[in-house]
Amino acid sequence: MEELIQKLKEEIIEVLNLEEMEPGDIDPDAPLFGEGLGLDSIDALELIVLLEKNYGIKIEDPKDGRKIFFTLRTMAEYITEHQK
Amino acid sequence: MSLVIRKYCAIRDGRIRVDGEAVFSYEGQDGFKKFIRTAYKHFQTDYPKFFKMDNLSKLGFLSVEILLKGEDILKLHPAEKTGIILTNASSSLEIDEKHFESIKDRGQYFPSPSNFVYTLPNIMAGEAAIRHKIKGENTVLINKYFDPELIFILVELAFKSKSLSCCICGWVEQYENNYESLLFMVEKDNNNSAEDIIFEPSNLANIYKRNNEDGRINTKA
Repeated sequence: MEELIQKLKEEIIEVLNLEEMEPGDIDPDAPLFGEGLGLDSIDALELIVLLEKNYGIKIEDPKDGRKIFFTLRTMAEYITEHQK
Repeated sequence: MSLVIRKYCAIRDGRIRVDGEAVFSYEGQDGFKKFIRTAYKHFQTDYPKFFKMDNLSKLGFLSVEILLKGEDILKLHPAEKTGIILTNASSSLEIDEKHFESIKDRGQYFPSPSNFVYTLPNIMAGEAAIRHKIKGENTVLINKYFDPELIFILVELAFKSKSLSCCICGWVEQYENNYESLLFMVEKDNNNSAEDIIFEPSNLANIYKRNNEDGRINTKA
């Protein structure tokens, strides 16, 4: 799990252009949206694409995104459970 | 109606000038991305969304940012009476191509939402308008070269038809490592300062020429 979290940190920094951040700056248990990383709705779409492109996981109902992308850890747990 | 150029900002070849005076110079030869990032940090701009923008928007955004530095534009002009009118040659072609690369293979069809939202040059003007809470006329026109006559006609018309009080206008061109911008802050002539330059095509052309002494890109010549 920790290895996947580290990989996700690097991928998120790259796809979301968080150029000022290092992987170590991202708390895996902090909210990704709102007060955490301060991501926006476009970032949410980008994370959905990331899951599909890099992990082959398609989110059928966008409403599920709220739970899946709550923190980096919830995202990693979802990937672990759903990756084929 | 008489209009004046209150201030102007030129960016080209790693150099940034305001009213003809050099305010930043980047000697690196490692291209646009490094230059614009270094300039962003130099001017202590605090706007994390900058890093999410496409390259054209970064150039337009930073050009407006530097032009308006030290100016509380909304104290001088109502937001609804302040406009942004820009021109360029390459539109948003660089990010358009990047988007196309992500969708051309149906088997690897992964369009990036954050790229897609920048596939219009108007977004550059929109980013600057959001940052400075400008709500007036907002336009980007595509032209092959920096055309003082075109800019003059567009801006004068906007002052007349939209009752503008101030307009940020000019040229913001970027494609890969070719980039240049020249922006003017134009206001109605209220006899504010003897140093103000009359907003007319010949003065726009002269300023452009002075800021491009070592050659031009995307010009008639």
